[in-house]
Formats: sequence, structure tokens, C-alpha cells
Amino acid sequence: MSDWPILSTVTFLPAIGALLILTIRGNDTVARRNIFHIALWTTVVTLVLSFLVWGMFDETNPGFQLVEETAWLGGAINYRMGVDGISMLFVVLTAALMPLCIIASKLSIEKRFKEYMIAFLVLETLMIGVFCALDLVLFYVFFEGGLIPMFLIIGVWGGGRRVYASFKFFLYTLLGSVLMLIAILAMYWYAGTTDIEYLLSDVSFPAGMQTWLWLAFFASFAVKMPMWPVHTWLPDAHVEAPTAGSVILAGVLLKMGGYGFLRFSLPMFPLASADFMPFVFVLSVIAIIYTSLVALAQEDIKKLIAYSSVAHMGFVTLGIFTMTTQGVQGGIFQMLSHGIVSGALFLCVGVVYDRMHTREISAYGGLVNRMPLFAFVFLVFTMANVGLPGTSGFVGEFLPLVGAFEVNTWVALFATTGIILSAAYALWLYRRVIFGPLVKDALKGVLDLTRREQLILAPLVILTIFFGFYPQPILDVTAASVDHLLVNVQAAIDADAALATAQTP
Amino acid sequence: MYLAIVLLPLAGAIIAGLISLFGAHKAVREHDAVHGVPGGGHGHDGHGDDASHRRNTHAHDAHDDHGAHGGHGHGDDDEIQSPGARPAQLVTSAFLVLSAILSWIVFFQVTGGDFGLEQVTVLTWIHSGDLVADWSLRIDSLTAVMLIVVTTVSALVHVYSIGYMSHDAHTPRFFAYLSLFTFAMLTLVTADNLVQLFFGWEGVGLASYLLIGFWYKKPSANAAAIKAFVVNRVGDFGFALGIFALFFLFDSVDLTTIFSGTEEMAGHTIQFLGMELDAMNTIAFLLFIGAMGKSAQFLLHTWLPDAMEGPTPVSALIHAATMVTAGVFLVARMSPVFEQAPDAMMFVALVGAITAFFAATVGLVQNDIKRVIAYSTCSQLGYMFVALGLGAYQVAIFHLFTHAFFKALLFLGAGSVIHAVGGEQDMRQMGGLRKKIPLTYAMMLIGTLALTGFPLTAGYFSKDAIVEVAAAGVGQIAGLALVLTITAAIFTSFYSWRLIFMTFHGKFRGPQQVLDHAHESPPVMTIPLGILAAGALFAGIIWAGPMIDNQMFGSGTATAQVTATDAVTREAAAPADAGIAAAAASHGEVAAGDGDHGASPLAPRVEAFWQDAIYVSPDNHILHDMHDVPAWVPWAPTAAMIVGLLFAIWFYLLRPEIPRTLAREQDVLYRFLLNKWYFDEIYDFLFVRPINRLARFLWKRGDGWLIDGFGPDGVSARVADITRSVVRLQSGYIYHYAFAMLIGAAVLITWMMFGG
Repeated sequence: MSDWPILSTVTFLPAIGALLILTIRGNDTVARRNIFHIALWTTVVTLVLSFLVWGMFDETNPGFQLVEETAWLGGAINYRMGVDGISMLFVVLTAALMPLCIIASKLSIEKRFKEYMIAFLVLETLMIGVFCALDLVLFYVFFEGGLIPMFLIIGVWGGGRRVYASFKFFLYTLLGSVLMLIAILAMYWYAGTTDIEYLLSDVSFPAGMQTWLWLAFFASFAVKMPMWPVHTWLPDAHVEAPTAGSVILAGVLLKMGGYGFLRFSLPMFPLASADFMPFVFVLSVIAIIYTSLVALAQEDIKKLIAYSSVAHMGFVTLGIFTMTTQGVQGGIFQMLSHGIVSGALFLCVGVVYDRMHTREISAYGGLVNRMPLFAFVFLVFTMANVGLPGTSGFVGEFLPLVGAFEVNTWVALFATTGIILSAAYALWLYRRVIFGPLVKDALKGVLDLTRREQLILAPLVILTIFFGFYPQPILDVTAASVDHLLVNVQAAIDADAALATAQTP
Repeated sequence: MYLAIVLLPLAGAIIAGLISLFGAHKAVREHDAVHGVPGGGHGHDGHGDDASHRRNTHAHDAHDDHGAHGGHGHGDDDEIQSPGARPAQLVTSAFLVLSAILSWIVFFQVTGGDFGLEQVTVLTWIHSGDLVADWSLRIDSLTAVMLIVVTTVSALVHVYSIGYMSHDAHTPRFFAYLSLFTFAMLTLVTADNLVQLFFGWEGVGLASYLLIGFWYKKPSANAAAIKAFVVNRVGDFGFALGIFALFFLFDSVDLTTIFSGTEEMAGHTIQFLGMELDAMNTIAFLLFIGAMGKSAQFLLHTWLPDAMEGPTPVSALIHAATMVTAGVFLVARMSPVFEQAPDAMMFVALVGAITAFFAATVGLVQNDIKRVIAYSTCSQLGYMFVALGLGAYQVAIFHLFTHAFFKALLFLGAGSVIHAVGGEQDMRQMGGLRKKIPLTYAMMLIGTLALTGFPLTAGYFSKDAIVEVAAAGVGQIAGLALVLTITAAIFTSFYSWRLIFMTFHGKFRGPQQVLDHAHESPPVMTIPLGILAAGALFAGIIWAGPMIDNQMFGSGTATAQVTATDAVTREAAAPADAGIAAAAASHGEVAAGDGDHGASPLAPRVEAFWQDAIYVSPDNHILHDMHDVPAWVPWAPTAAMIVGLLFAIWFYLLRPEIPRTLAREQDVLYRFLLNKWYFDEIYDFLFVRPINRLARFLWKRGDGWLIDGFGPDGVSARVADITRSVVRLQSGYIYHYAFAMLIGAAVLITWMMFGG
């Protein structure tokens, strides 16, 4: 069992599921049901396997585990997979959200059901691959490959302006990625390998080169995050994407940016990261305040949540670049928590969208009268979004802010205003959708959560509250790797400083 | 046992919450099955088979039975009743009563003598690097006092609500929220680290939000709920920064660790916002911003009056007795920090004094019975902060303790009045009710006596003590506080009696049928009133001695012994002190006792009560000095009470036309007060509208015009332009292409000749 390449299994199992679906012909109900079941069971098995990965994971080991290696593109570029405390939980997150997306799409997707499911399964393979890849080129393939199914999901199964949105999404993210590709080539020429583990431990790039490489990677990750001011693709993409697409977009795809910062920018270019720290802080703080304010003015539920996602990602970048234990652990926690919470919020929007076919906030009001369960579930996620202690959102906001205060009090001050603004926009949304008398005729027959919807949302409610009260499972997994990372970064910075003082007598 | 106190309400909240949630969910479905889906959009309505139809109607009847105690007062006919009211009420109330009993046991254990401090770790919570915050309980005297306040008032409010909310369709939800609140409040007062304190702090905010907006159909209730949460978040913003700063300085959020280091940190500086500031003052100031939000102090008070949109028992529990006093608790809990922060302390006292005065002035002219009491609460909280700011933490907590009884009593009494007159809250529509609801009248009278500080009632001991503290305090702010608190005492007496006279005396001014329906509340409501009334009458006499060393009653045996044995030392240590013997004795004990380091300036019996729960620095003698104030000071509050009472009698009993004339003559002043100093308008102008405008601007101009316009949309538009031009170039005429080639060749040759 120990030799079994479990990471590759987790990664490629969904792709195998996609191949199976390809064999199914026809578009009748039987075919639909078969497709659905294959997709669902594939993702469920993947989830179980990802739990196995968690079970086999050694929390005390800061390095890469479950490593697999096979010769691939000859010589320097190999197929290498492995996880450490930073990446492992993202695999689990991805695998956990997927079955929910499949179930949520069962009824709401009417056309091209087969292709839709294939796109999702391929997407899952690519996303898990991103978090497992231990080779730069392999990483790049997964990272960029993920764009294609997402592009199709928005462009084919999206709303009215789907073509505009999908192109905006594609152009933005591709533009960033091209620069990253050039940087990867440069790294290969310099180090002679694309082995991430080797690059992390044995290669230190010269300071001048670090700056350029950092900027190139930053271009890609900042778009993915997204950071202000390259965030405008996100609201459009979310608004047009089908519900499950939004869930994956907010839940997993956005996390690749933060993961990239942790995997590449910080440990491989520590000097540049230290230099650019104030720059990232400024962008993060602007993201938190600016997008929170913009969220306040939104009239579309999905857009509002999309903007709030950008604000929350501001806490992530803030935390990561504080280079403190609390900040980085908080950043990772915020990503995972946001993966659950924003995914759940988009599912909630999907619930009402399926019933009313509109996302205009003004079309709602008084839903609590007819949908008490939905009102409760939505309240839990709204509060998690607000960062109320006792929900996972709190830990993810609190820790980065603690870290930020240690580094710069101005940054902490401005970023902390986010807790006021988030309360304002989230409660204002909740009030307009859920509370008030039920006066709109169209809403008077609306039904509460169905069994299927309860089944999707219940685990997310439980996780949100569980990790609010007991976040330790996540923090324990990340602790050793984060520590290792920060020690190395600090050592590199110190060494450089020592060198600088030695050179200037 | 400690854990049980905290977790029982949580268990109640979860049970009642589940009953409420699934009850409501089921009720909607049954409602549909019986009445058909309104609006009819979904097809499968109407044709339920007979059997299920009958079962559904039956269920509907069943819960109508126990939902209706006294006919349906409010709520439209189509209101969907949620079932399970009775079990939810019983479970939550029983759990709370049990929790209250346990709390009293703990209280006597802890304050009975050598208890010290007990810490119980329950579960790990957040461990990240040096940041270690566990779920754990901290039991000391301060916690014990808060425990009995919270659980007792909460238990009584639970029981009271069984009667008060009997007409409501959402009883289980109400009880779930009440218990949830109690749980959060208990985690707040038992917190052993700042993060858990913050959890309770925000948790009570959530419960407050839910309860203010309990009647979610009312837009005003929803607005008030959001306002309360957001304004509190402004305070939390400061609180959070304070926690960050403490962690930065002490590398810990654990209270014990922080407390042991504060003396050392006194005078240290911290880099904050580019300035080199005194660390303790900065932190204390930041924490106090949090306290200002939660305790509705001046500038952050605007949410409290609006919070009266919630049901009245909520106002009694959350917005009078417990949650709003969390700020007072915070400052007392963090006394080791505040003791090292003299500037911040002055600020606390100043804000408290202004609040006490400001809120009392507004209370003078309000017509809504609950708003009068709300402003009174705000004002009394100001008193507590005056005491805190001058270093008399024990006095502040004592006032918190007595205030909880009489203010909860007043609120629940007001609820009983509102209940009697069918939901009316405007005092101009009341009058002469004392004959209809004599029991409520008596209770309200007791509450008023205690609030205004009638001799020997609870408020008399605690409020007078605060005035004495203000008189004993040093500096201009203490002087200002003295003036403002005495003035506020006059106003307090006036508006409190005004409330009594307008409500219970004179002739009834509302519609006649309301008066005919007016009835005394059921025992389930009046018994809690009675218990609170007992507290309002006797809490002062019983605890004034041990809690603040009041001289009038039960000057403890310990003191007497000290007096006897240390008489000589006393002579030597304080020869000039010709004050009260016992006070001098306590002073003498300090000098004779531990020498000059670590000596407590407290009287022994106070020391025995509080033990180490509240830190008082060796040069803080306020609790002793307050007994040496000029002789007129102890009489001042009583005099103020009488003045206020006389004016109220004159204005509202003898010459009822005076207020109207006065309001007309002093129109500007009247409107200024009636509109609460125009704070809502100013904030709307300064914050709400500009922020909304800015939000739209950033969205439309920032995202839409600037980023998208020059970013993706702009680029794609330019690309489209260029391609269009390129298309135009491809004209298809040979001579065009030939001409272009020629030009190109010319340019190339020129460049090679001159450039190379």
C-alpha cells in the first residue's frame, strides 16, 4: 500500500471518470442518470482517497511527503508529485467541494449535461494536480490547463453575458500566466532543473534576478487571487458562471494564487518578497477597503459576494506577506475557510436563483417567512463571511491581522476596518433578501430547501461552525511546514543582510 | 460545575433552536398543504390525499392550543405558527434556572474567602506559533459577580417571557436566541484569554442583532438591528487592535500572563501609527473604544435607543442588565492594564461623565416609555465609567450589580405596562394605569426609587458611592465628573418620576377600549418582577459593605479587629486622618501590613470579597479617599433626587400644562433634546451618505470606468480599432501595395545609410 501512488490516483481518478462518461451515448433520462452517478461516485471516491492522504500525512514532517517520481520530458523535467502541510489541505478542499457541485448541478443544468460533467471532472484533475505538482513545468501545465474547462463552463453554461465574461476571465489570467512561463524558463536556465523541491532547498537566485522572477510570478498569482486592481474579471465571471462553476471558482481557483505565493514567491524569492512587502500590503489594504465599499453598492447578489471574496483574499495576501507564523497560518486558514464559506454562499444564491431565476437583490425580501431553513443556513454563512468568532471566518481574519500588527500598525489599522465594512454589506444583503414582510407575489409560493439542498448545505454548515470552534486540525497540519518556510525565508534575508554589511566596511 | 453554568444555556439554545427551525420548516409545509401554496407557482398544491390532509389540520390545531394563552393580540391571520412553543420554553427556562442556582453557589464559594483564582481549560482553540488561545474558564470574584448578574436576570427574563411572548408566533426562536445570548455572555465573563473574551463579545453582538430584529417584518426593527451590529463593530475595531497590541507586547493573549507583566511594561513605548506612544495608555485606549461601543457610551451610543425595537424582555436582559455592561466588565477585568494607563483612565472618566449627563438630558423629553429607560441605562453606564476612570473598579462593578436588578425591573415593568395596554409604548397615550395594574405599579415604583437613589435602596448605595468617588478624585476631570453626575442625578430623578406620573397617574389619554382591556399580567410575569424588586431593595444593604466598604452598614468584624489591634500603628501612620475610624484603620493596616511593596490599599473585608480579581496599584487610594470627602457630598445625590422629584410632581401632577408651555417657549432646546442632540442626523450626514456615495463612485468610476475602461475593455476596444484599420489597409489594389513597398524600401535604405 505504501508504494501505491496515491496522489496520482487522487489526481487522475476524476479524469478516468470523465473518460467513462464519454462512453455514454444519448441524452435521455437514463443517460443523464448514469452520467450523474458516474460523476458523483468518482468524486466521492476521490474525496475518500483524499481523506486517506490526510490520514497518511505526517504533521510533524515539514517537508514533502508521499512523493512520487517518474521520468517525463527527459532529463531535467520529471513527473513529480508530493504534498506538504501547505498544499495537502487544498487537495482535500477541492475533493470535498466537488461532490457538492455535482449534486448541485443535477437539476439546474439542462443542456449538454454530459459535456458539463466531463468539464467538471477534468477540472478537478487539473486543480488537484496544481496542489500536488512538484515540478515547475508540471505545475504550469495543471495551472494553465485549469483555465480551459473553467472557460468552457462559463462560456457554455453561463448566463446572458457569458461570452464577455469568459473572455475577460481568460485574457486576464492568460496574460499573467505568460509572464510566469517566461520566468519558469529563466529559472530552468539558471538552475538546470525544474524540480520544485530542489529549487526550494538548494537554489538561491541572485537578488536582481529574484526581483524579475517575483514580478513575473506575481503577475500570474495576483490575477488569480485576484488582487486589486486586476480583480474586475471576478465579478463578471461569477455572475455569469453556473452555480457550481462559481463554487469552484471561489472555492478553489482563487486559492491557487495564494498557494503560488506560498510555494514560489516567498521561499524561492525571499529577498524580492521582503522588498515588495509594502507594495503587497498596499494592494491588500486597498482590496479590503475598496472592494468592501464596492460590495456595499451592489444590486446583484452574486456580484456582492464576488466583491466580498476579493476583500477576503486581501486578508490572505496580507497574512502571507507579513511573513509571521500567525499571518501565514491565518492566510492558509482563510483560504480554506473562504473555500467553504464562499462556496456555500454561492450555493445559497443558487438555491434562490433556481427558484426565481433572478439575482437582483430587489427581487427578493421576506424569504424567512417561507424558507426558515434557508434563512438559517444563509445566516450562518453570512456570519462566517463577516468573521464572527465561532465560525471559521473569524480565525481566518483574526490571525492575518495579528500578524499584520506585528509588522506594521498602519496596515493593521486599515485592514481591521474591513471588519466594520464587511458587517455593513453582509447584513445589508441579508436584510434585503431574507427579512422584511413577504409582499412580492412571485415569492409567495417559494418553497424551503429540498432534501437535496439540505444534503449539500448541511456539511458546509457543520464544517463552518466546527472549524470556528476547533480550528486545530487545520492549524496542526500547516504548522510544521509554515515554520520551516518562515525559518528559511528569514535565513535568506539575514544572510543577504550580513553580506551587505560585509561588503560595505 | 463552572462548565455546566456556561453550557446549560447553550444546550437550551440548541434544543430550542432545532425546535424552532424544524418547526417553522414543517409549519410552512403544513400551511401549504392546508391552504394551498400561495401564489400557486409550483403545481403540486391543493390535491393532497384526504388522509394527509386530515393529519395536517390536526397538527395545526394541536399547536394552536398551546400557542394561545390570551387570544391573538398582534400578528396577521395568515401568520404561520411555529409549533413546539411549550417544550422550548420549558427546556430553556429550566436550564437557565439551574444555571442560575449553580452560579449563586459559585458566588458564595468564591467571595466567601480564600478562593483566589481557578482556571479550567476545556478545549484547545487556536494555537498558532506563540498565539495560544484555549477555551477555558477563569473563575474569580469578578467573574462570580457577573455570573450571578447574568444568570439571575436571564433566568427571570426567560420565565417572564413565557408570559410576555405567549401571543407570538415564534416563541421557540425567541427562547433560542435568549439562551444563545446568555451562553455568549457567560463565555465573555468567564474568559481566560482575550480571544475568548472577544468571542463572547461578538457572540452577544450576534444575539443582540437577532433579538433586536426579532420582529423581522418591521423595517425599523431590521434597521435597528443592523445599526446595533455595525456600530458595535466600530467599537470592536478598537478592541481588536487592542488585542493585537497586547499580543505584540506580551507575546500572549492569556490574561494571567498579561497581568503579571503590566507593571513592568508601565512607561514602555510602542510604535503605533508611526508614533512612539506610551504602550499601556495606547492599549487601554484601544480597549476602551471597544467598551464604548458595547456599553453605548457617548459618540457610539446611537444604537442603544434604536435597539428598543426588540421585544421588551430583550431590552431588560441585553440592553439594560447584561450586554451593555460588558464594557464596564472589560475595563474592570483589564484593571492591571488600566491602572498603568493614567491618561486613558482620564479619558474613560471624561466619556463616562459626558454620557451620564448627555443621556440624562435626552431622557427628559422622550415620550416612548422604553426609550426613556434606554437613555437612563445609557446614563447609568456613564456613571459606571466615571467610577472606572477614577480607579474605583469595585464601585463600578457594584453599581453594575445593583443596576442590573432595578433596571431589569423597570424594563420588565414597562413590558408589563405595554402588555396591559396592548402594545402601546407612547406615554402620551397612557395615564392613570395604577388602578388597573396595581402590582406592576408597585414594582415600577420600587425600581424608580432604586434608580433615583432613594435612601437604603440598592441605587442609593451604588450611585452615591460613584458621586463620592468623583468628589474624591483628583484633577479637573474628576471635578467635571462630580458636577455632571450630580446634575445627571437631578435629571434622572425627574425623568424617572415623569415616567411614573405620565404612565400611572392622572387620567388615561388613550382610546377607551384599550383601557377596558387593560389587565394585570399573569403570575409568570409578576413573580420575576417581585424577585427583581427584592434585589432592587436589598442588594445594596447586603453587599455595599463587602463590595465597596460602605461605612453605614455592617462595618465588618475584620475591620473592628484591626481597629483594636493596630490602634497604635494607626496613630503613627495617619495622624492627620481625623476621618472615620474604620477607614483610617484600613489605612493603618496598609502601613502596618506588607510594608510598601505589593500592599493593597483596600479595606480587609473588601479585600476578602474581591481577592485578586481586581488589581489596584499601590498608590490608588480612591476606595479609601471616597470616605473622606466633604460632608455635603454624600447628601448631594439625595438632594438631587428630591429636587428632581419635586419638579416632576410640579410638572406632571400639579400643573400638567407647564411642560407643553415650556416646550413651546424653549422650542430650540426642546427639539435639540427630543432629537437626541441630532446625532443620528449628523452621523447620517458625516458617514452613512458619504460612504454610500463613495461606494457607488468606486464601483461605477473606479471599477467600471478606470480599471475596465483602460484595462480589458479598453485594450479589446483598441485591438478592435487596430484590426479595423488593418482591414482598411488591405484594399486589394496592387498600386497600394507597391506604394507601401516603395516607402518601406526607402525607409530601410535611409536607416542603413545613416543609422548604421
